[in-house]
Amino acid sequence: MSAGSGSPVVSLAQRAEADVTPPPERRGSTLLRHLGYTVVAGVVLYFATYQLEPFRNYQLATMAAYLCATAGLTVLVGQSGQLSLGHGAFMAVGAYTVALMQNKFSDSGTTGSWTLLVSLALGVLLTVVVGAVVGLAAARLRGPYLAGVTLAIAVTVPAIATTFDETFNGDQGLPVYVDPPPESLGLSFPNEQWQAWLALIAALLTMLLLANLGRSRLGRSFRAVRDDEIAAQLSGIALARTQVLAFVVSAACAGLSGGMFGVLSQSVSPSAFGLNLSLFLLLAVVVGGLGSLAGAVWGAVLLVVLPQLTESVTDQLTLSPAAEQRLEGNLPLAIFGLTLIVVMIAAPGGIQGLVRRIARWSRAARKAAD
Amino acid sequence: MQHIARRGLAIVAALALAVSAAACGNGGGNTPAKVDVPGVTDTEILFGSHQPLTGPAAPGYSKIAKATEAYFNYVNAAGGVHGRKLKYKYVDDGYDPNKTQTVVRELVLQDKVFAILNGLGTPTHTGVLDFLKTNRVPDLFVASGSRSWNQPDKYPYTFGWQTDYTVEGKVMATYIKNEQAGKKVCHLGQNDDFGKDSLLGVQKVLGASGLTKTDTYVTSNTNVGPQIGGFQAAGCEVVVLATVPGFTALVLGTAARLAYRPQWVVSSVGGDYLTLAGRLGAQGTPLLEGLVGAGYLPAVSDTSNPWIQLFQKVNDQYNAGQAFDGNILYGMSVGYTLVQALQAAGKNLTREGIVAAIEKGGFKGPGTTPFRYSKTVHAGYSGVQMARTTGGKQSYFGKIYTTDDGEGEVKEFSEAATTPPANGIPSA
Repeated sequence: MSAGSGSPVVSLAQRAEADVTPPPERRGSTLLRHLGYTVVAGVVLYFATYQLEPFRNYQLATMAAYLCATAGLTVLVGQSGQLSLGHGAFMAVGAYTVALMQNKFSDSGTTGSWTLLVSLALGVLLTVVVGAVVGLAAARLRGPYLAGVTLAIAVTVPAIATTFDETFNGDQGLPVYVDPPPESLGLSFPNEQWQAWLALIAALLTMLLLANLGRSRLGRSFRAVRDDEIAAQLSGIALARTQVLAFVVSAACAGLSGGMFGVLSQSVSPSAFGLNLSLFLLLAVVVGGLGSLAGAVWGAVLLVVLPQLTESVTDQLTLSPAAEQRLEGNLPLAIFGLTLIVVMIAAPGGIQGLVRRIARWSRAARKAAD
Repeated sequence: MQHIARRGLAIVAALALAVSAAACGNGGGNTPAKVDVPGVTDTEILFGSHQPLTGPAAPGYSKIAKATEAYFNYVNAAGGVHGRKLKYKYVDDGYDPNKTQTVVRELVLQDKVFAILNGLGTPTHTGVLDFLKTNRVPDLFVASGSRSWNQPDKYPYTFGWQTDYTVEGKVMATYIKNEQAGKKVCHLGQNDDFGKDSLLGVQKVLGASGLTKTDTYVTSNTNVGPQIGGFQAAGCEVVVLATVPGFTALVLGTAARLAYRPQWVVSSVGGDYLTLAGRLGAQGTPLLEGLVGAGYLPAVSDTSNPWIQLFQKVNDQYNAGQAFDGNILYGMSVGYTLVQALQAAGKNLTREGIVAAIEKGGFKGPGTTPFRYSKTVHAGYSGVQMARTTGGKQSYFGKIYTTDDGEGEVKEFSEAATTPPANGIPSA
């Protein structure tokens, strides 16, 4: 039995990928090529942060932090064919680790930008451990059972923070000590721009590593396992190991993303990493275009822009206070769901699939004109 | 090569698009203000706030910001403060600390408010202290009695307003020691600094071993059955509640179902009679009989009090005649103190100026005890008086007590109450 056919999300990924004509043979180092793109993107964004107002920089930072998680999730769901409804929980692990570490550093009087690096690294490491444990269970489960287990994780992990309030301070959450921007940048350097830089570095690094991973032996194994488990096994791919690795990679990205969120908001609380977040992340990668990193970028943009958009829409509407109260908080969810349905019908490959199709049409039109 | 180049380009293009979309999204056309103080023009001052208009803390509290705004409109109708009208933008955060993060950033960075006023909630506001400090935004009169607001060294722009939960706890415990002596005392607190600070105050007077049982609740779980059952089993005769109104009502209802009727002693933030009566409904209201609470503002039922008369008048004129309760009294009293601070800060309003004006202190208002504001103390009212509900009316009894949040003794306070100025607007 083919595992892929069991899950509608995975078959979506296959459809999305099927849209792509097989990539032609190319020479040269993949790593160098990806490094080049990353540097270009980094330079563009570096100058962009100078043009943006603090609030826009904060939104950019949020997008970048989301991107770490959506990119990791799209590799898991789109490339390795496993479903996770619990990525918000992995983010919580990363965020709480960073919070506890940063506060430890600050209490012991150790400051400096390197402390943040250590905290983030530890956050990622711990999430990797958790991801490996969950991955071990996940590798034995398929379809709705896998969804069920990851859903349970999404629900229980934030509840752990509420229950063990000695360490995690309950619903109130923990403050996260973050050093102000280095003084070498000048005293009036906007904090939001500094945050945008930190988050963008994390996002670009994630994208670079994941892009390389996709082109590597492991990346090919992911896709082979997704398309047909038995065929993959016949080709000598260790099934369970590959699936656990996919979970670990994806969890590491989520941990980094969660840690960045802790740094950005200078606080962590259970409500920030609830079930809603996990569902939104999955919706975002599906709408963005499952399996492709560019789709993950679209997803991250949507996660920041859509709530704002719905808010301004509701502000324009003059509703009775009762109706407003009922819509409050539910409307973004409804609009997200509606977007999902529309995108799935109109463009099963997500936004990125649509972009590719448009590019193909215009190329065909050009050829016809020649 | 071509394919990967396209993909790389797509990523870069997507990011660039995102950036430009974000940049264009601002629109608005911010006209530069004459003075470069955010939120202040020659004709207007903009304040922002985060309030639980929905969610677990909405019952009662959702009326506070509207009442403050009503008092502002009353002052605006008389010409404002130093010729500037007071504008108030309050946004719903649903009592969710994560949402508070977003809405406060929007208020400060996008709406460019002059100050955050009366941001409501211990768990919610605690999370934005660092952000407000980094941006040097005055954080005035936080609507919570956590001791966190009183850290002038760490958070020089943050000021409390109401009596803090530790002071309140000490006075409530003094009442229990004097008038409920020998009874088994228990404490139920919200699972955050609200509950912790209250418990700390109670224990400072009764001693750590003076309590038979302590427990907590979380706002995300509306089942308080286990806690109440535990108190009943432990034989608690007096239960101190550090609860928000919605949960005070839940506790009373749950206890009634278990046929458990101890003496309730409720924190000022969760003990307003009219709020609780509204929450419990006609059938549940008798449960409030005999409830003991604490307060630092005049009693809502005392219609002969000049402050109540003033605010009732403002409420009728500018708040669409909303039912006048403790929340409205609270919101208007906050507005009154803010106008005092603005008057004291003078015509050249700056963020530093208002902080200095409040640190100078000396404001006299509706509160029954003095403010503690100084350069080294950013805490608000210094004491409470106990109140009891009898015959559907909440009235004060006994002495007014003041104390500090440390080891200071609980002292009687006997200065006469002040009366409002004739026009109801404080002057400098």
